[in-house]
Amino acid sequence: MSQSTSRSPIDVESLVENFNYRRVGKYALVVLFLGFFLVPLETGIMTALKTNSAIARSLPFAPPAGEGFTLSNLEYAFSQLTNSFVNSLLMAVPATLLNVLLASMAAYGLTMVSWRGQIAVFALFLVGVFVPYQAVLVPLSQFWNNMFPLAQMLEPLFAAIPFLQGGHSRLVPLTITHVAYGIPICTVLFRSYYKSLPNSLVEAAKIDGASITKIYRRIVLPLSLPMFGVVFIYQFTQIYNEFLFSFTLITGSNHPAAPVTLILPAIGSSTEGIDFGIRMSAAFLAALPTIILYVAFAEQFAKGLRTESG
Amino acid sequence: MATRDTTEPTNQSVVSTDEVVDWKTKLRYFLNSDFVRSSPYWGIPFILMGIAVYGGIGYNIAISFTDYSGLQPPSFSGLDLEMYRTALASEAFREAAINNFVLLVSFTSISLILGLFLAILLDHGIRYKNKVQTIYLLPMALSFVVTAQLWLWMFNPDSGVLTVIVTTFGFDPIDWLGNPRLALPAVIFALVWQFSGYAMVVYLAGLQSIPDDQFEAAKVDGASTIRTYLRIIVPQLKESSVSAAVVLMVFALKAFTFLYSLVGQYRPPNGTDILATLMVRQAFKFGKWAYGAAIATMLLLLALSVIAPYLAYQYRQGSL
Repeated sequence: MSQSTSRSPIDVESLVENFNYRRVGKYALVVLFLGFFLVPLETGIMTALKTNSAIARSLPFAPPAGEGFTLSNLEYAFSQLTNSFVNSLLMAVPATLLNVLLASMAAYGLTMVSWRGQIAVFALFLVGVFVPYQAVLVPLSQFWNNMFPLAQMLEPLFAAIPFLQGGHSRLVPLTITHVAYGIPICTVLFRSYYKSLPNSLVEAAKIDGASITKIYRRIVLPLSLPMFGVVFIYQFTQIYNEFLFSFTLITGSNHPAAPVTLILPAIGSSTEGIDFGIRMSAAFLAALPTIILYVAFAEQFAKGLRTESG
Repeated sequence: MATRDTTEPTNQSVVSTDEVVDWKTKLRYFLNSDFVRSSPYWGIPFILMGIAVYGGIGYNIAISFTDYSGLQPPSFSGLDLEMYRTALASEAFREAAINNFVLLVSFTSISLILGLFLAILLDHGIRYKNKVQTIYLLPMALSFVVTAQLWLWMFNPDSGVLTVIVTTFGFDPIDWLGNPRLALPAVIFALVWQFSGYAMVVYLAGLQSIPDDQFEAAKVDGASTIRTYLRIIVPQLKESSVSAAVVLMVFALKAFTFLYSLVGQYRPPNGTDILATLMVRQAFKFGKWAYGAAIATMLLLLALSVIAPYLAYQYRQGSL
């Protein structure tokens, strides 16, 4: 004891020195990786703000200077994307709401009410999270195009709605598809939350003779409001960003019902190649809603990701 | 005393009535059970999801046994494994399978290592830790379609950022995506950029569950920081590693969207064709539905071979 205290001043000094070097190195690494993760985004935004000649002359990540600055790329990209923004929201908002509601119900029935075999049923939900969607694409296009052509049936109805065209009816099967395939992941998210809730409230309500529906409406639903936020943000981002289902069910980027992700890979390309000023503007605009959501609710998003991995 | 008195008769009465209860009472009991009462809650989502996922998979497998192509409806007479034989014998399929395997293994392992490194970097005594973490994770919030555009520009051989870096060091510009040998590593690099933040978040959660006194104990013993992490901390992160790896592998199997959006067409850059792109191209471009379905089935088997052991592991751990 006494030995260590007598030696401690020297130790502390060398430690502090050591610590400083290490600290500097640590922060240098942190900043380096900040650059690594931000440079592609920063480059994209800078390129979006430059004229074509400035793009050719200046460094890609340098900010636009003087004559090289323009907003015309952004304006053009916005005009190209306006309709598809509406389409994306028309699809993603109802799909996410339905998804969150159904998933919370499923998680409730699978967690807070106990019955035999619920683990097996839950395992089926869990496998659904990991299934690569390619494995259902051919049946999906078969189903919505030949077996149950819902879009065709609804076409006259949509043609009658102001601001929409008949082609927008394709958003209905697309939304249903998103709801169906989004249920597994949302259920997993809700289930892990419900498992962490104290059981005593539900038990007490059961003893009082509350029905399963009453327990859900009066106790579980109010308690899970924060989780509704987490799952909504996570799933909205997923559906808004999704490409494969839109690609399968709404063929072609010039279809009136095409969502943002479907149009983006085609914007600004011509026979001479890709106009990166326009393409980067479009990419930035397309990403903007998710970036805003993410920056505003970063903690919820990270939470959703953490629970996804179990 | 009193309780014993009351329970015994009821037990008897249950036993005795059990022999005589008619099916109506049994049905009433069954209908009042928690299983039935809760079934509207889990049942409706289950049916919707079940039809979409398992119905879809079943129908896909059924189609893969036919020779359905073009516009004629599929005929289910004369089912055989011809499509699988054709696929296994084809050069394009083998190349896609190899690329898929390379992508799966290298993307997952690099993302895990980088994610672990970032998690350790941020774990102790970093200021603005949450803000830094938010930025590291930002690419995760972007669509594959968007990140593909960003990296298409980064890799641009005329004036992309990587070209600027390479030429500053005095090398010739490299056409990353145009060179069949470099295209796949370039794609993996971009995917690691997008997803290593995910591995970091999972590892950070794992690190936070390790009590601080283990670090202290190692420090008292005079172990260096690196040794502490390698010997003591990392082995405890096994569960985080497994679950992050599974999710990353599934991301890798879904890389179709990234590859498609790079070029905006069915054929991805030379040397980056994977099973997912091959499947979509065969089915939706050439109308070879049965062939595409067969490739999709094999892709599904690949995915199941990753998740089935994982789920079994989780089940044994009791964390399912």
